[in-house]
Amino acid sequence: MASQDFLIAYLPILIFMAVASVISVAMIAGSLLAGPRKPDAEKLSAYECGFDAFSDARNKFDVRFYLVTLLFIIFDLEIAFLFPWAIALGDIGVFGFWSMMVFLAVLTVGFVYEWKKGGLEWE
Amino acid sequence: MIVQAFAFYLFAGILTVSALMVITARNPVHSVLFLVLAFFNAAGLFVMLGAEFIALILVIVYVGAVAVLFLFVVMMLDINFSDMRKGAMQYVPIGMVIGAVLLTELVMLYGTWQFVPGREQNIADPVAAFAGQNNTEALGQLIYTNYIFAFQTAGLILFVAMIGAIVLTHRTRAGVRKQAVSDQQARNPADVLEIQKITPKTGV
Repeated sequence: MASQDFLIAYLPILIFMAVASVISVAMIAGSLLAGPRKPDAEKLSAYECGFDAFSDARNKFDVRFYLVTLLFIIFDLEIAFLFPWAIALGDIGVFGFWSMMVFLAVLTVGFVYEWKKGGLEWE
Repeated sequence: MIVQAFAFYLFAGILTVSALMVITARNPVHSVLFLVLAFFNAAGLFVMLGAEFIALILVIVYVGAVAVLFLFVVMMLDINFSDMRKGAMQYVPIGMVIGAVLLTELVMLYGTWQFVPGREQNIADPVAAFAGQNNTEALGQLIYTNYIFAFQTAGLILFVAMIGAIVLTHRTRAGVRKQAVSDQQARNPADVLEIQKITPKTGV
């Protein structure tokens, strides 16, 4: 366990989560208990602009969507490394600065590759 | 202290139950949503350990990106998940073996940790060495200088992942016409334009 002062700082978030879960559970339970339910065949049928669904929602998608998501995750991780660097930059000096510059240069090479290769274009 | 213990058991309990639901839920979309719940509770446990930066990165990267990618794959792929489940029982033995290996590793880790000097102090305050600094700052002072080799390796792994994603998924389709602005600008009017002088009522 971390120190008492540290955890006290997070206490409002815990209280916030508790209040949020109590309210959301109360809403769902309230509508389950108090709401009138008289189901019939028409009410229970799928509603999709008034007609039955033509096909299953799961069909083959263009792999390009996944490419965009994968590249997003990689740059998301890169950003995660930038936060501590930005905060500690005053203490780690020139070496720390160039350490990050090399890291960014490597990823920039990858970025240029994907740009030139057409990975960011939507044909 | 009682609030800390209560919060720990709440997070740990929800984490365990939702991890169990990930592998038992019938609908794979529900599995992914339980995975998100598990990530959130793991983030709560990290905060209780004093590792607030790791906790928030867990929320940003895992909940914000990885779980969304999983959800995307589960919702978009054309896979019949009930068919996939049919042969799942034959993987139970190998799953048990992997689980046993992981359990042994955890027990060994716990066992060695008992003999680390200053154990009581570590339990009482895991981040004592950086007292007075916040977590992110303490990490920043170590990663880029003391652990530069691991840091640059992480960069290279991300680079390989980027190249791999492009190589595996990028296809150039034949017959797609794209606008190439530089080619348009480079065209010389003299090469492509011909001016015809047409006298009326005669045609070209």
